[in-house]
Amino acid sequence: MPWGLAARRPGPGRPRARLRPACSRLPPVPSSPRRDTVGPGPAVPAPPVPYPARPAGQGECVIPPQDLRSSPAESGGAPAVELRGITKRFPGVVANRDVDITVRRGTIHALVGENGAGKSTLMKILYGMQRPDEGTIEIDGERVALRGPADAIGRGIGMVHQHFMLADNLTVLENVVLGAERLHGIGARARRRVLEISDTYGLGVRPDVLVEEIGVADRQRVEILKVLYRGARTLILDEPTAVLVPQEVEALFGNLRELTAEGLTVLFISHKLGEVLSVADDITVIRRGTTVATVEPSATTPRQLAELMVGSELPTPETRESTVTDEPVLTVSGLRLTGLDSGGVRRELLADIDFTIHRGEVLGIAGVEGNGQAELVEAIMGIRDPDGGRITLDGTDVSHASTRRRREGGIGYIPEDRHRHGLLLEAPLWENRMLGHVTERPNSSGGLLTARDARADTRRIVAEYDVRTPGIEVTAGSLSGGNQQKLIVGREMSHRPKVLIAAHPTRGVDVGAQAQIWDQIRQARHEGLAVLLISADLDELIGLSDSLRVMYRGRLVADADPARITPEELGSAMTGAASGHLEHHAPDEGPRAPAAAEGHEGQEGEEAR
Amino acid sequence: MTTLLKRVDREKLVLALAAPLLAVVTALAITSAVMGLTGDNPFRAYQVMVDFGSKSDSQVWIINKAIPYYLSAVAVAVGFRMNLFNIGVDGQYRVAAFFAAVVGGALTLPGFVQIPVIILVAMACGAIWSGIAGYLKATRGVSEVITTIMLNFIAGSLISYFLQEGRLAERDENIIHTPDIPDSSHFFEFSTQVQPIHGTVVIAVLAGIAYWFLLGRTRFGFDLRAVGRSQPAAEASGVSVTRTVITAMLLSGAVAGLVGMPTLLNESGNYGNDFPEGIGFTGIAIALLGRNHAVGMGLAALLWGFLERTGTQLEFEGYPQEIVGVMQGIIVLSVVVAYELVRRWGLRRQQRLVGEELAARAAGTGPRSTDDQDPAEVSA
Repeated sequence: MPWGLAARRPGPGRPRARLRPACSRLPPVPSSPRRDTVGPGPAVPAPPVPYPARPAGQGECVIPPQDLRSSPAESGGAPAVELRGITKRFPGVVANRDVDITVRRGTIHALVGENGAGKSTLMKILYGMQRPDEGTIEIDGERVALRGPADAIGRGIGMVHQHFMLADNLTVLENVVLGAERLHGIGARARRRVLEISDTYGLGVRPDVLVEEIGVADRQRVEILKVLYRGARTLILDEPTAVLVPQEVEALFGNLRELTAEGLTVLFISHKLGEVLSVADDITVIRRGTTVATVEPSATTPRQLAELMVGSELPTPETRESTVTDEPVLTVSGLRLTGLDSGGVRRELLADIDFTIHRGEVLGIAGVEGNGQAELVEAIMGIRDPDGGRITLDGTDVSHASTRRRREGGIGYIPEDRHRHGLLLEAPLWENRMLGHVTERPNSSGGLLTARDARADTRRIVAEYDVRTPGIEVTAGSLSGGNQQKLIVGREMSHRPKVLIAAHPTRGVDVGAQAQIWDQIRQARHEGLAVLLISADLDELIGLSDSLRVMYRGRLVADADPARITPEELGSAMTGAASGHLEHHAPDEGPRAPAAAEGHEGQEGEEAR
Repeated sequence: MTTLLKRVDREKLVLALAAPLLAVVTALAITSAVMGLTGDNPFRAYQVMVDFGSKSDSQVWIINKAIPYYLSAVAVAVGFRMNLFNIGVDGQYRVAAFFAAVVGGALTLPGFVQIPVIILVAMACGAIWSGIAGYLKATRGVSEVITTIMLNFIAGSLISYFLQEGRLAERDENIIHTPDIPDSSHFFEFSTQVQPIHGTVVIAVLAGIAYWFLLGRTRFGFDLRAVGRSQPAAEASGVSVTRTVITAMLLSGAVAGLVGMPTLLNESGNYGNDFPEGIGFTGIAIALLGRNHAVGMGLAALLWGFLERTGTQLEFEGYPQEIVGVMQGIIVLSVVVAYELVRRWGLRRQQRLVGEELAARAAGTGPRSTDDQDPAEVSA
């Protein structure tokens, strides 16, 4: 979530603060005990009712008249996509139940829900990769049966996957044309078409550059172009912002708005509520496989959305007392690191890094990704050997110690990319519990593994950290992202680290798990843990940190007091616009103690303040 | 939850049995079809094979044949477990056996000293030979597939350079070989009613146990497997990938060094130009067939021996001699395909179980069934 600003920009198209689906409410059906109603029950006096729950088996969520909107693209005509009563069962589990979604043409429709809520299955159904057991799909008012992605593409539905499917060693043009040679050939005609699409929607694609030479945001645009090239009128984007930095997210949203301005329709899957609120025209919340509400962004807050997603009120954040002591745990001084860039030139990656983290202190590092944060973590973890400077852990110089020695010395590590650096996806949970701590109890003793103890301890972690799994013999790869992260947090915390290096600890994690992870970090901090927190989520940084530093081009250029800084001010320092000690500039606004004290609140953006 | 756990465990067992069963049935079906197409009667062939293969002299032959196969498979499997493809076992064991034979032929020590010396020389030579590939991989990033293949050829040339009269070998009619090792340095044998079983079977069993123990039960084994599963994750967890790569290659080579020992110490007593070649490649097939599992590879090695033994008999019965090669190929393919299918099926099942678990928790048994909180608060 970039600083969640655009969300509440009142526009002519969003005149009212009202939730849209006025679903008539039926009493809960006894046969479906899982359904929980969030709306007021009969006994409760009903003040402004935010979200009427959709009762089971009741498929008619009334979509308000189209004239609520001003966009010309949607005047009259059937909705671009209409899903009615979609149910998909896998043996033993219902992935989707009675899902109803209406996507109006020319709009950005967001689908939000926790990991594992059934968003992906639903999109696979719409993209023809899965067939629903019940329910109907209508595209442009016509009822269709999709037998595969080819059918969906034929109907003008395209999907941009979360993980890009591009060949690095081909050019952008070749990637776009690959597999669709029949449309416009592979020569000048194809190139013309690609440029035409690129210009129409402001994608700014350079057709002759190798994909390996372009950045993540550009790759995403190529993926979008690929889909458009194949004639898509409705685009499904699966968590498109997960890989982007705030500026790129804004640019993507600009692109999406251009698409809808041209009459295309975008279905946007996400669990970043701030983003959803800033870009979507409609938001459908999905929980436990079914749609619970469709809301208008202007009429809801991130907090309300989050509560709809998890189906319960979020835990209220405790007020925070400072636990910072004056005992230094991790001291970094004059750290310098150089590395070869892709052109083979030696460049300075880190320079003059100085900081000290004390017992009970959380030091947050803000910065646009790629400014040296990953390298800093690797230098502290001993994965990269620094070219200069000292790293002192609890009085011991570990500047050039091996990763294992540092871990044994009490550094816990929550890596940025848990799939690559935090887990063995094909190994069972209990072997993952050993990873990184194999030399320590209960995992081994005297060079031999103690599998029985490790298994028992894994069971404990699963129970204590609420890792949702049928057992500890399943592979880590079959858990959802949030549960994988909970396992990692549990593992690292189980060895009572002195300092925890947490790189994007809640990235790609659903709201429920996020709150839990924050609580665990707070709890450990209370018990004297020192934390180095690196995050792209500024609200998380401000909410959790005791002190903040800003990293820019490999240097720590600014520092700030999280109690007195806003995400906007921090954001401008991240672009290199400010340095030194950042002061809050609004004279009449008091210290933002509440926001700083409430991590949860922070996560949901500005609305709460 | 406990019931679910049991289910997962029972499933593991079912999966473990399903794959080999599926593989055997598929292999039999395809082989029968091939024989049917070529106009032979497959069922009579199987009858011949079973009859001949179960004779006691055949059994001894099969066991003796399986010893080097098993050792070779273990050498390959050490690499496989950490995603290293050591194709060079062939060259490693030949170099190792050659120099071990040279050393053995030059010394006349008491057997209980000389046999360990010969074995250690062989292991050291094998380790050095594979260590070259390991070093290049770890420091320069050269693919071990390339280097080990090339080292096979270099090994062949090196041996033929030294295996000449006047260098390290002597001529005995048509065969050029290294000087014989003294009789006292021959390995013991288990006598049976027919031919004796090679005592080196003990070495194979010990190697198998060591392999199982080292990889499955020790910290080093965990590190090695972690590197095999995900190099970046292993590195972040504190494993030195460079050191693990080199160690694994050295280990693999040392085991490869043992491959030639049954022949050298129990049969030929020297390394000549008739010394068996290609066992390193057979080892790859057997490691695949046995799924890198200590017992599985043992069974696979015996199966391989059985096929080779009975193949000769099929020839006498008028079947084309290529049929056994075809069978071996089909079996390896069936096994690889069957295991992959069963693995995917198991993964899908597991994911579904995880989904079920989530659904069950969501149904209200889990800790997060706090949904019926005061809704007024929600809207506040």
